[in-house]
Amino acid sequence: MAEIQEKGGGKKGGKKRAKKQSTKIDMTPMVDLGFLLLTFFILTTTFAKPQTMEISMPVKPKNQDEQSELKASNALTLLLGENDKIYWYAGLPDAPAAPGVQVADYSANGVRKILLDRKSNPDLVVLIKPMEKARYKNMVDLLDEMNITESNKYAIVDVDPRDEKLVTQAQAEGK
Amino acid sequence: MVDLAFLLVTFFMLISKFAPEEVVVVDTPSSTSDIKLPESDILTISVDKDGRIFYGVEGQHTKRELIDKMGAKYNISFSEAEKAKFSNTASFGVPIASLKQLLNTPESQVKNIKQPGVPADSLNNELGDWIYQTRLSNPKVRIAIKGDNDADVPTIKKVIKTLQDKKVNRFNLITDMEAKPRI
Repeated sequence: MAEIQEKGGGKKGGKKRAKKQSTKIDMTPMVDLGFLLLTFFILTTTFAKPQTMEISMPVKPKNQDEQSELKASNALTLLLGENDKIYWYAGLPDAPAAPGVQVADYSANGVRKILLDRKSNPDLVVLIKPMEKARYKNMVDLLDEMNITESNKYAIVDVDPRDEKLVTQAQAEGK
Repeated sequence: MVDLAFLLVTFFMLISKFAPEEVVVVDTPSSTSDIKLPESDILTISVDKDGRIFYGVEGQHTKRELIDKMGAKYNISFSEAEKAKFSNTASFGVPIASLKQLLNTPESQVKNIKQPGVPADSLNNELGDWIYQTRLSNPKVRIAIKGDNDADVPTIKKVIKTLQDKKVNRFNLITDMEAKPRI
Protein backbone atom coordinates (compact mmCIF):
# COMPACT_ATOMS: atom_id res chain seq x y z
CA MET A 1 0.00 0.00 0.00
CA ALA A 2 2.21 2.80 1.23
CA GLU A 3 5.00 3.09 -1.21
CA ILE A 4 8.36 4.60 -0.79
CA GLN A 5 9.10 6.95 -3.57
CA GLU A 6 12.31 6.10 -5.23
CA LYS A 7 14.66 8.94 -5.28
CA GLY A 8 16.27 9.99 -8.49
CA GLY A 9 18.03 6.96 -9.91
CA GLY A 10 21.77 7.61 -9.64
CA LYS A 11 23.71 10.57 -10.67
CA LYS A 12 23.45 11.80 -14.15
CA GLY A 13 26.63 13.15 -15.32
CA GLY A 14 27.33 14.70 -11.94
CA LYS A 15 25.30 17.70 -12.84
CA LYS A 16 23.67 19.33 -9.87
CA ARG A 17 20.06 20.16 -10.44
CA ALA A 18 17.24 21.11 -8.12
CA LYS A 19 15.39 17.91 -7.39
CA LYS A 20 11.94 17.92 -8.78
CA GLN A 21 9.56 17.03 -5.97
CA SER A 22 6.61 14.96 -6.84
CA THR A 23 3.33 16.85 -6.26
CA LYS A 24 1.38 13.67 -5.60
CA ILE A 25 0.67 12.70 -2.01
CA ASP A 26 0.07 9.17 -1.05
CA MET A 27 -3.54 9.19 0.15
CA THR A 28 -3.88 5.52 1.02
CA PRO A 29 -3.56 5.90 4.84
CA MET A 30 -6.09 8.68 4.89
CA VAL A 31 -8.58 6.69 2.90
CA ASP A 32 -8.03 3.71 5.18
CA LEU A 33 -8.79 5.85 8.16
CA GLY A 34 -11.82 7.29 6.41
CA PHE A 35 -13.29 3.89 5.81
CA LEU A 36 -12.46 2.81 9.32
CA LEU A 37 -14.41 5.74 10.71
CA LEU A 38 -17.23 5.09 8.29
CA THR A 39 -17.51 1.50 9.46
CA PHE A 40 -17.39 2.60 13.07
CA PHE A 41 -20.15 5.13 12.72
CA ILE A 42 -22.34 2.85 10.67
CA LEU A 43 -22.06 0.15 13.28
CA THR A 44 -22.64 2.39 16.27
CA THR A 45 -25.60 4.36 14.97
CA THR A 46 -28.94 3.22 16.22
CA PHE A 47 -31.57 4.13 13.74
CA ALA A 48 -34.41 2.23 15.27
CA LYS A 49 -36.07 4.38 17.85
CA PRO A 50 -38.22 2.53 20.34
CA GLN A 51 -41.87 2.13 19.56
CA THR A 52 -44.45 3.34 21.95
CA MET A 53 -48.04 2.70 22.80
CA GLU A 54 -50.07 5.61 23.91
CA ILE A 55 -52.38 5.04 26.80
CA SER A 56 -54.96 7.38 28.18
CA MET A 57 -56.30 6.54 31.55
CA PRO A 58 -59.63 7.99 32.60
CA VAL A 59 -59.54 11.09 34.72
CA LYS A 60 -60.55 10.29 38.24
CA PRO A 61 -64.24 11.08 38.59
CA LYS A 62 -65.10 13.74 41.08
CA ASN A 63 -68.32 12.11 42.16
CA GLN A 64 -69.81 8.73 41.60
CA ASP A 65 -73.00 10.05 40.01
CA GLU A 66 -71.27 10.99 36.77
CA GLN A 67 -70.27 7.42 36.10
CA SER A 68 -72.45 5.40 33.86
CA GLU A 69 -73.45 1.89 34.71
CA LEU A 70 -72.13 -0.85 32.47
CA LYS A 71 -74.67 -3.32 31.24
CA ALA A 72 -73.78 -6.92 31.90
CA SER A 73 -74.59 -7.90 28.33
CA ASN A 74 -71.98 -5.49 27.05
CA ALA A 75 -69.19 -6.50 29.37
CA LEU A 76 -66.36 -8.90 28.72
CA THR A 77 -63.97 -9.48 31.58
CA LEU A 78 -60.43 -10.70 30.98
CA LEU A 79 -58.43 -11.65 34.05
CA LEU A 80 -54.71 -11.93 33.48
CA GLY A 81 -53.42 -14.75 35.61
CA GLU A 82 -50.04 -16.33 36.18
CA ASN A 83 -48.24 -18.56 33.68
CA ASP A 84 -49.56 -16.51 30.76
CA LYS A 85 -53.16 -17.59 31.19
CA ILE A 86 -56.25 -15.52 30.66
CA TYR A 87 -59.34 -16.31 32.66
CA TRP A 88 -62.31 -14.78 30.98
CA TYR A 89 -66.04 -14.60 31.17
CA ALA A 90 -68.79 -12.55 29.63
CA GLY A 91 -70.70 -10.26 31.92
CA LEU A 92 -69.95 -8.78 35.28
CA PRO A 93 -68.38 -10.47 38.33
CA ASP A 94 -71.61 -10.92 40.27
CA ALA A 95 -73.28 -12.80 37.46
CA PRO A 96 -70.91 -14.26 34.88
CA ALA A 97 -72.87 -15.47 31.90
CA ALA A 98 -72.84 -19.14 31.02
CA PRO A 99 -70.57 -21.05 30.68
CA GLY A 100 -68.72 -19.24 33.44
CA VAL A 101 -65.01 -18.69 33.66
CA GLN A 102 -62.95 -20.07 30.83
CA VAL A 103 -59.26 -20.13 30.12
CA ALA A 104 -57.55 -18.75 27.04
CA ASP A 105 -54.02 -17.97 25.98
CA TYR A 106 -52.35 -15.13 24.09
CA SER A 107 -52.18 -16.88 20.72
CA ALA A 108 -54.16 -15.94 17.65
CA ASN A 109 -56.70 -18.63 18.45
CA GLY A 110 -56.96 -17.61 22.05
CA VAL A 111 -57.90 -14.17 23.15
CA ARG A 112 -57.98 -12.70 19.65
CA LYS A 113 -60.70 -15.11 18.61
CA ILE A 114 -62.74 -14.24 21.68
CA LEU A 115 -62.48 -10.56 20.86
CA LEU A 116 -63.25 -11.01 17.18
CA ASP A 117 -66.27 -13.18 17.95
CA ARG A 118 -67.72 -10.30 19.91
CA LYS A 119 -67.01 -7.60 17.40
CA SER A 120 -70.62 -7.62 16.29
CA ASN A 121 -71.56 -5.82 19.47
CA PRO A 122 -70.45 -2.20 19.07
CA ASP A 123 -71.10 -1.38 22.71
CA LEU A 124 -68.84 -4.09 24.03
CA VAL A 125 -66.55 -2.93 26.80
CA VAL A 126 -63.56 -5.09 27.59
CA LEU A 127 -62.46 -5.01 31.20
CA ILE A 128 -58.80 -5.88 31.54
CA LYS A 129 -57.93 -6.95 35.04
CA PRO A 130 -54.28 -7.82 35.55
CA MET A 131 -53.94 -9.96 38.63
CA GLU A 132 -51.00 -9.84 41.04
CA LYS A 133 -49.15 -12.75 39.53
CA ALA A 134 -49.39 -11.59 35.92
CA ARG A 135 -46.43 -10.19 34.07
CA TYR A 136 -46.14 -6.77 32.50
CA LYS A 137 -45.73 -8.46 29.13
CA ASN A 138 -49.22 -9.92 29.49
CA MET A 139 -50.64 -6.48 29.99
CA VAL A 140 -48.88 -5.04 26.96
CA ASP A 141 -49.80 -8.07 24.86
CA LEU A 142 -53.43 -7.63 25.70
CA LEU A 143 -53.41 -3.91 25.00
CA ASP A 144 -51.80 -4.79 21.71
CA GLU A 145 -54.48 -7.36 21.06
CA MET A 146 -57.06 -4.60 21.53
CA ASN A 147 -55.20 -2.60 18.95
CA ILE A 148 -55.06 -5.50 16.50
CA THR A 149 -58.72 -6.36 16.79
CA GLU A 150 -59.64 -2.68 16.83
CA SER A 151 -61.64 -3.07 19.99
CA ASN A 152 -61.74 0.53 21.06
CA LYS A 153 -63.64 0.29 24.27
CA TYR A 154 -61.51 -1.15 27.00
CA ALA A 155 -60.33 -0.26 30.43
CA ILE A 156 -57.68 -1.45 32.82
CA VAL A 157 -59.49 -2.15 36.03
CA ASP A 158 -58.49 -3.40 39.45
CA VAL A 159 -59.31 -6.97 40.29
CA ASP A 160 -62.50 -7.48 42.21
CA PRO A 161 -62.45 -9.90 45.18
CA ARG A 162 -65.29 -11.75 43.46
CA ASP A 163 -63.04 -12.21 40.43
CA GLU A 164 -60.35 -13.79 42.55
CA LYS A 165 -62.90 -16.22 43.90
CA LEU A 166 -64.01 -17.11 40.40
CA VAL A 167 -60.43 -17.75 39.33
CA THR A 168 -59.58 -19.95 42.31
CA GLN A 169 -62.78 -21.83 41.61
CA ALA A 170 -61.78 -22.30 37.98
CA GLN A 171 -58.31 -23.44 39.02
CA ALA A 172 -59.82 -25.95 41.41
CA GLU A 173 -61.86 -27.32 38.54
CA GLY A 174 -58.59 -27.94 36.74
CA LYS A 175 -58.89 -25.33 34.04
CA MET B 1 -15.30 7.17 -4.07
CA VAL B 2 -13.12 8.58 -1.34
CA ASP B 3 -15.13 11.78 -1.43
CA LEU B 4 -18.26 9.78 -1.00
CA ALA B 5 -16.78 7.83 1.87
CA PHE B 6 -15.90 11.00 3.70
CA LEU B 7 -19.30 12.41 2.99
CA LEU B 8 -20.80 9.35 4.61
CA VAL B 9 -18.43 9.65 7.56
CA THR B 10 -19.58 13.20 8.10
CA PHE B 11 -23.19 12.16 7.75
CA PHE B 12 -22.94 9.41 10.31
CA MET B 13 -20.93 11.57 12.66
CA LEU B 14 -23.57 14.22 12.65
CA ILE B 15 -26.53 11.92 12.84
CA SER B 16 -25.33 9.54 15.50
CA LYS B 17 -26.28 10.12 19.06
CA PHE B 18 -24.57 7.81 21.43
CA ALA B 19 -26.95 5.83 23.51
CA PRO B 20 -26.53 6.83 27.16
CA GLU B 21 -25.28 4.06 29.35
CA GLU B 22 -28.13 2.34 31.05
CA VAL B 23 -27.81 1.47 34.70
CA VAL B 24 -30.49 -1.12 34.38
CA VAL B 25 -31.26 -3.74 31.76
CA VAL B 26 -34.85 -3.62 30.65
CA ASP B 27 -36.10 -6.07 28.07
CA THR B 28 -39.25 -4.46 26.75
CA PRO B 29 -42.18 -6.44 25.40
CA SER B 30 -43.08 -6.13 21.74
CA SER B 31 -46.18 -4.62 20.24
CA THR B 32 -47.59 -3.88 16.82
CA SER B 33 -47.92 -0.21 17.61
CA ASP B 34 -46.09 1.92 15.08
CA ILE B 35 -45.99 5.22 16.92
CA LYS B 36 -42.44 6.39 17.41
CA LEU B 37 -41.29 7.83 20.67
CA PRO B 38 -40.86 11.59 20.35
CA GLU B 39 -37.31 12.89 20.03
CA SER B 40 -36.97 15.05 23.08
CA ASP B 41 -38.42 15.90 26.47
CA ILE B 42 -38.93 12.34 27.53
CA LEU B 43 -39.27 11.27 31.10
CA THR B 44 -38.63 7.55 31.34
CA ILE B 45 -39.76 5.46 34.25
CA SER B 46 -38.08 2.10 33.92
CA VAL B 47 -39.25 -0.93 35.82
CA ASP B 48 -36.86 -3.85 35.77
CA LYS B 49 -37.66 -7.50 36.30
CA ASP B 50 -37.13 -7.26 40.05
CA GLY B 51 -39.71 -4.48 40.27
CA ARG B 52 -37.17 -1.73 40.88
CA ILE B 53 -38.16 1.68 39.61
CA PHE B 54 -35.62 3.84 37.82
CA TYR B 55 -36.13 7.43 36.96
CA GLY B 56 -34.60 9.20 34.00
CA VAL B 57 -35.27 12.47 32.29
CA GLU B 58 -33.72 14.11 29.26
CA GLY B 59 -32.24 17.56 29.11
CA GLN B 60 -29.42 18.94 31.23
CA HIS B 61 -31.25 22.14 32.09
CA THR B 62 -34.32 20.26 33.22
CA LYS B 63 -32.23 18.02 35.42
CA ARG B 64 -30.37 20.92 36.94
CA GLU B 65 -33.58 22.70 37.80
CA LEU B 66 -35.06 19.46 39.02
CA ILE B 67 -32.32 18.71 41.51
CA ASP B 68 -32.50 22.26 42.87
CA LYS B 69 -36.21 21.87 43.47
CA MET B 70 -35.98 18.38 44.92
CA GLY B 71 -33.10 19.45 47.17
CA ALA B 72 -35.17 22.32 48.47
CA LYS B 73 -38.16 20.09 49.05
CA TYR B 74 -36.28 17.41 50.95
CA ASN B 75 -33.83 19.79 52.66
CA ILE B 76 -30.78 18.26 51.07
CA SER B 77 -28.18 20.67 49.76
CA PHE B 78 -26.26 19.45 46.77
CA SER B 79 -22.91 20.94 45.87
CA GLU B 80 -22.21 22.40 42.42
CA ALA B 81 -20.20 19.33 41.47
CA GLU B 82 -23.02 17.02 42.51
CA LYS B 83 -25.54 19.03 40.53
CA ALA B 84 -23.29 18.90 37.48
CA LYS B 85 -22.95 15.16 37.91
CA PHE B 86 -26.70 14.78 38.24
CA SER B 87 -27.37 16.70 35.06
CA ASN B 88 -25.17 14.18 33.25
CA THR B 89 -26.75 11.12 34.78
CA ALA B 90 -29.15 9.35 32.45
CA SER B 91 -31.14 7.56 35.09
CA PHE B 92 -30.96 6.51 38.69
CA GLY B 93 -32.80 4.26 41.08
CA VAL B 94 -32.10 5.32 44.65
CA PRO B 95 -34.14 7.09 47.31
CA ILE B 96 -33.29 10.77 47.48
CA ALA B 97 -31.56 10.26 50.84
CA SER B 98 -28.88 8.16 49.14
CA LEU B 99 -28.72 10.23 45.96
CA LYS B 100 -25.83 12.28 47.31
CA GLN B 101 -23.86 9.15 47.92
CA LEU B 102 -24.58 7.88 44.42
CA LEU B 103 -23.47 11.15 42.87
CA ASN B 104 -20.19 11.00 44.77
CA THR B 105 -19.38 7.51 43.55
CA PRO B 106 -16.84 7.47 40.75
CA GLU B 107 -18.21 6.73 37.30
CA SER B 108 -16.45 3.39 37.06
CA GLN B 109 -18.06 2.03 40.22
CA VAL B 110 -21.64 3.10 39.64
CA LYS B 111 -22.26 -0.20 37.84
CA ASN B 112 -21.27 -2.18 40.92
CA ILE B 113 -23.71 -0.44 43.20
CA LYS B 114 -27.01 -2.20 43.60
CA GLN B 115 -29.57 0.54 43.29
CA PRO B 116 -32.73 -0.28 45.25
CA GLY B 117 -35.11 1.72 43.05
CA VAL B 118 -37.01 4.94 43.62
CA PRO B 119 -39.62 4.52 46.37
CA ALA B 120 -43.19 4.80 45.13
CA ASP B 121 -45.19 3.52 48.07
CA SER B 122 -48.20 5.40 49.25
CA LEU B 123 -46.42 6.46 52.45
CA ASN B 124 -43.17 7.55 50.87
CA ASN B 125 -43.89 8.40 47.26
CA GLU B 126 -40.71 10.04 46.04
CA LEU B 127 -41.50 9.05 42.48
CA GLY B 128 -44.56 11.27 42.56
CA ASP B 129 -42.46 14.21 43.75
CA TRP B 130 -39.88 13.61 41.04
CA ILE B 131 -42.61 13.56 38.41
CA TYR B 132 -44.32 16.64 39.79
CA GLN B 133 -41.11 18.65 40.02
CA THR B 134 -40.03 17.55 36.56
CA ARG B 135 -43.27 18.77 35.12
CA LEU B 136 -42.76 22.10 36.87
CA SER B 137 -39.23 22.33 35.47
CA ASN B 138 -40.26 21.33 31.97
CA PRO B 139 -44.00 21.45 31.24
CA LYS B 140 -43.53 19.90 27.81
CA VAL B 141 -42.23 16.66 29.24
CA ARG B 142 -43.83 13.44 28.03
CA ILE B 143 -43.93 10.44 30.26
CA ALA B 144 -42.98 6.99 29.11
CA ILE B 145 -43.03 3.76 31.08
CA LYS B 146 -40.39 1.27 30.09
CA GLY B 147 -41.23 -1.99 31.74
CA ASP B 148 -39.47 -5.32 31.55
CA ASN B 149 -41.28 -8.38 30.21
CA ASP B 150 -41.20 -9.92 33.66
CA ALA B 151 -41.95 -6.82 35.66
CA ASP B 152 -44.73 -7.56 38.09
CA VAL B 153 -48.14 -6.02 37.73
CA PRO B 154 -48.39 -4.53 41.26
CA THR B 155 -45.31 -2.36 40.62
CA ILE B 156 -46.60 -1.20 37.26
CA LYS B 157 -49.94 -0.42 38.83
CA LYS B 158 -48.18 1.51 41.56
CA VAL B 159 -46.43 3.60 38.90
CA ILE B 160 -49.66 4.21 36.99
CA LYS B 161 -51.45 5.12 40.19
CA THR B 162 -48.70 7.59 41.07
CA LEU B 163 -49.05 9.13 37.61
CA GLN B 164 -52.79 9.43 37.99
CA ASP B 165 -52.39 11.00 41.40
CA LYS B 166 -50.25 13.63 39.73
CA LYS B 167 -52.98 14.09 37.12
CA VAL B 168 -51.01 12.47 34.34
CA ASN B 169 -53.57 10.47 32.45
CA ARG B 170 -51.82 10.15 29.12
CA PHE B 171 -48.56 8.34 28.92
CA ASN B 172 -46.58 6.03 26.70
CA LEU B 173 -45.50 2.45 27.10
CA ILE B 174 -42.20 1.77 25.40
CA THR B 175 -42.21 -1.44 23.39
CA ASP B 176 -40.26 -3.22 20.69
CA MET B 177 -41.42 -3.58 17.16
CA GLU B 178 -43.48 -6.53 16.03
CA ALA B 179 -45.14 -7.26 12.71
CA LYS B 180 -48.86 -6.74 12.69
CA PRO B 181 -50.67 -10.02 12.11
CA ARG B 182 -53.42 -10.26 9.59
CA ILE B 183 -56.85 -11.00 10.92
